[in-house]
Amino acid sequence: MSAGLVVSGLSVQLGGRAIVDAIEVAAPTGSVTGLIGPNGAGKSTLMRAILGLVAATGSVRFDEADLLTLPRRMRAQFTAFVEQSSDTDARLTAREVVLLGRIPFQSIWDATPSAEDLAQAEAAMAAVDMTAFAGRLYQTLSGGEQQRIQIARALAQQPRLLLLDEPTSHLDVHAQLAMLDLLRRRARAGAAVLVALHDLNLAASFCDSLVLLHAGQVAAAGPPDAVLTPALFRQVYGVEATILRHPGDGRPLIAYDLPG
Amino acid sequence: MNRPTLATLVLSLLALLLVSMVLAVTFGPADIAPLEVWQVIGWHLGLLPESPVGRLRDAIIWELRLPRVLAAAVVGAGLALCGAVMQALTRNPLADPYLLGLSSGASLGAVGFLLAGASLLMPLGAFLGAGAAMALTLLITQLLGGATPSRAILAGISVSALAAAATSFLIFWSATGDSYREILSWLMGSLSGVVWPEALLVLAALLLAGLPVLLSGRSLDAFAFGDTAAAALGVDVTRLRWWLLGGTALLTGVLVSIGGAIGFVGLIVPHMARLATGSRHRTLLPVAMLLGASFMVWTDTAARSLFEPRELPVGIITALLGAPIFLLVLLRYRRVT
Repeated sequence: MSAGLVVSGLSVQLGGRAIVDAIEVAAPTGSVTGLIGPNGAGKSTLMRAILGLVAATGSVRFDEADLLTLPRRMRAQFTAFVEQSSDTDARLTAREVVLLGRIPFQSIWDATPSAEDLAQAEAAMAAVDMTAFAGRLYQTLSGGEQQRIQIARALAQQPRLLLLDEPTSHLDVHAQLAMLDLLRRRARAGAAVLVALHDLNLAASFCDSLVLLHAGQVAAAGPPDAVLTPALFRQVYGVEATILRHPGDGRPLIAYDLPG
Repeated sequence: MNRPTLATLVLSLLALLLVSMVLAVTFGPADIAPLEVWQVIGWHLGLLPESPVGRLRDAIIWELRLPRVLAAAVVGAGLALCGAVMQALTRNPLADPYLLGLSSGASLGAVGFLLAGASLLMPLGAFLGAGAAMALTLLITQLLGGATPSRAILAGISVSALAAAATSFLIFWSATGDSYREILSWLMGSLSGVVWPEALLVLAALLLAGLPVLLSGRSLDAFAFGDTAAAALGVDVTRLRWWLLGGTALLTGVLVSIGGAIGFVGLIVPHMARLATGSRHRTLLPVAMLLGASFMVWTDTAARSLFEPRELPVGIITALLGAPIFLLVLLRYRRVT
């Protein structure tokens, strides 16, 4: 019995086409699982399906819970999702956005956030190094700052299952490394982290295992060494690549061969 | 950003509303002092042993002016609430019962029932009209290729035009003389001649529809980043949307059946409230309601006092004030249209 996320036979049909096609994925507690694959491979849809946000068939279990039939409020008390982009016209401060993550824990009769809510929000903002921005209006933050606030909002949900769709896309390299390090520490502290990444070198450096999606199906899964092979690059991405080794720790580094 | 607390805001706005209502009652051809208003209210509520003013003055205050001022406050609060909720649910800063065609639909339903001889059922007709107009607007928005603020407004305009044409035709077909003028003035938005039963009806509708909406404030916050984000926070997006849109259609129907199609209040008041409180609906909704109530009390007072003895439909004043602000909002949200 492995603790964590176990997805089996999960399918999502949209307009008669299988966007996600009978997928098997595992994301164990304690590790960071990277979801990689070309645009349109079904990464975002798979994440939404795991959280019951789109209609899907199959089975999604987390520890003992069946995520597809669990009441959504209970599900939101231990799972959190960071979308690829998060825009709003609402006039909310960064702290108020982070406090949205406490909605699953609040009753409709609570007039104001509890001390626990405020403490969790402060801790989450500190974790992404955004405490100094707490009082700023969300729209006045840069793309990267907004992304970090969204991650703080997710952390405020105290998730044991954390799903993130391209959380590093607006970050500079320093912030990217800090973010993935944060996710890894969260995982080690007792969470299952499933993160979709475009940057394969980052994925290879930080993820304990990778799941490579191609046309709605799992093309390969396992440790980065097993998934990042020249043959799979050719088959899935249609590019030629050479796998090098980091001189320090020997992790795989991808060097793309130029076309022509 | 430092923001005033909810209690401070609500208490000061309540005080403002009370003072506004009492002052509004003193406006008019008969000279009345604020103290007399309090005395008459006290006497009718059984707090004072005898009437402090003569029978005529009592009738002017209690029968003529108070129900109208109360109805104005309730209509303003209701329109502001409907606007704020629709703006949150559709993530459309331009949403409002008037611009999305609900008010015109409600007018059509009310006029239809009125001319069919069922004037007592006018609120029901207005509710049905508002609901049908909302459904049609949402359907057209989908047909236009999905919800963006500008598509929703275009759909609302077309539904409005259709409902208004149908209403005009109905009136042309069956109304004559005085009833024609009366209906026309009501259509432009007017609280003229409101009596106690009507004032109490809108108050009941506001309490009935408003309380659950106020309690769902936190779930509305979850919509700030869209449906998926709200669902990921545990909100039952589909059910909440139907409940709240149904509630706003019901409330709009009742408001329109009493006050006609009063435009722009639902659009501008929530925006003014947001500047003071931000977008957390637990604070925004009560603040917008109280602000809308005071706003409507004063615009209605202006409507009946400015051109005495003639009365201006209050919808003309709200449109004069509201249309330029609508334009400002439009310019500010250029990028989302």
